[in-house]
Amino acid sequence: MPERSLISRVMYELIRPVLIIFGVLVAVLTVAAGLIYVERRLLGLWQDRYGPNRAGPFGLLQVLADVIKIISKEDWVPPFADRPVFILAPTIIVSTVLLSFAVIPFSPTIHIVDLNVGLLFVLGMSSCGVYSVALAGWASNSKYSLFGGLRAAAQMLGYEVFMGLSLMGVVMLAGSFNLREIVEAQDRVWFCATQFPGLVIFLVAGFAEARRIPFDIPEAENELVAGYHTEYSGMKFGMFFVGEYLGIVLISLLIAILFFGGWSGPLLPPLAWLALKTGFFIVLFILARGTFPRPRYDQLLAFGWKAMLPLALINLAVTGGMVLASGS
Amino acid sequence: MLALIKGLWTIFLHTFRKRETILYPEEKPSIPPRWRGRIILARDPDGEERCVACYLCAAVCPVDCIALQAAEDEHGRRYPEFFRINFSRCIFCGFCEEACPTYAIQLTNDFEMCEYDRTNLVYEKEHLLISGPGKYPDYNFYRVSGLAIKGKGKGEAENEKPPSDPRSLTL
Repeated sequence: MPERSLISRVMYELIRPVLIIFGVLVAVLTVAAGLIYVERRLLGLWQDRYGPNRAGPFGLLQVLADVIKIISKEDWVPPFADRPVFILAPTIIVSTVLLSFAVIPFSPTIHIVDLNVGLLFVLGMSSCGVYSVALAGWASNSKYSLFGGLRAAAQMLGYEVFMGLSLMGVVMLAGSFNLREIVEAQDRVWFCATQFPGLVIFLVAGFAEARRIPFDIPEAENELVAGYHTEYSGMKFGMFFVGEYLGIVLISLLIAILFFGGWSGPLLPPLAWLALKTGFFIVLFILARGTFPRPRYDQLLAFGWKAMLPLALINLAVTGGMVLASGS
Repeated sequence: MLALIKGLWTIFLHTFRKRETILYPEEKPSIPPRWRGRIILARDPDGEERCVACYLCAAVCPVDCIALQAAEDEHGRRYPEFFRINFSRCIFCGFCEEACPTYAIQLTNDFEMCEYDRTNLVYEKEHLLISGPGKYPDYNFYRVSGLAIKGKGKGEAENEKPPSDPRSLTL
């Protein structure tokens, strides 16, 4: 009997985390690849056209076709590029975003690391992602890429501050940086009700963080060709692409976890609730892409520093006052 | 801020709109009658070739995709010995149709002419020539021109008087 319990303990402590890690990795990368198809179909729907509908039923095999295409393309480094940095840059964005998924609680029991500073870790990792864009723009050694990298750096100065501050209200109410505990703190009322300004500010920051329309200023295909990834092709470009979609999934997950009670919900299993809530915000990301124009990057900076940052600070002060007054 | 949300809502409402796309191979688009598509060579109402090999189409063609060689039958009627259009060059501008004095060369509303082999896009006269008169069913060049050919002597064309003898005027 003791031997058997040892085996089951080893199973639980060793194999289970590995399974979860691979499960999360496969699930997240599949979702990121599938999002390319979902985005094209949804944009098509909202622009009164179809989008990819030829390969397989409803065009679902388009995902496979895209993956095969991008993998089989020539992996080319332009001769004028700064080779090591050029190759390194796309790996940074994918690895930092993937690392952020390590601390996300997918259900009360499914998580990879139960980190007590989980939220700080996510914020730190997503900030590191900016290196990828800035370095890619720099290493490409071409003017449009440099513009893109420069704008990414400027944009980062614009949103990173109020992004962190917008979440501090949630942290105050939950009394923890641990994402699991933040979810558990929402058992009575979701933070989207008590922290509504925080939600709005984080949503804006999330769009900027994921570098999506309206804040795809570093990419800006109608001004900068493709911005920081102008010189990239093949799977290196694919890494930026996957990184962008992983970023969308991550931000949507964070919104669901921090403001909409994460996995909590009636009837359905926790994982399904989290997937539903996340899916809603992913769709919102795509809807925003179909709607908004792109501001200039000085407009984003002004908006960030003159509107969002004061709002975040006021929200922080009010929340702090409330927490103090309630004496908890 | 309110305008942004209103915009999101407007775009979202497009979920329930009808899609504008015509799913082409299954659903054919409606082609206007004056569409400039595949080029054909028409025949006159008598079933003879309209083309008189005047080279005007080849001369006006901006991409030089038309090649032909004039020939003449035993009655003095001109026709192209060969007539070749390289559709891999053709830009379907319709200048040849405008230049043609006999309505022989015409553009049709057929656009489905893809080929896997580029050389298959070179159309010879046998591919170009159709059996009917195309867009101008009643026009017959040799019936309105003054030229004498087989079956129509001088002065026998439509709206044409018999040739006058100029010497009779001086008497």
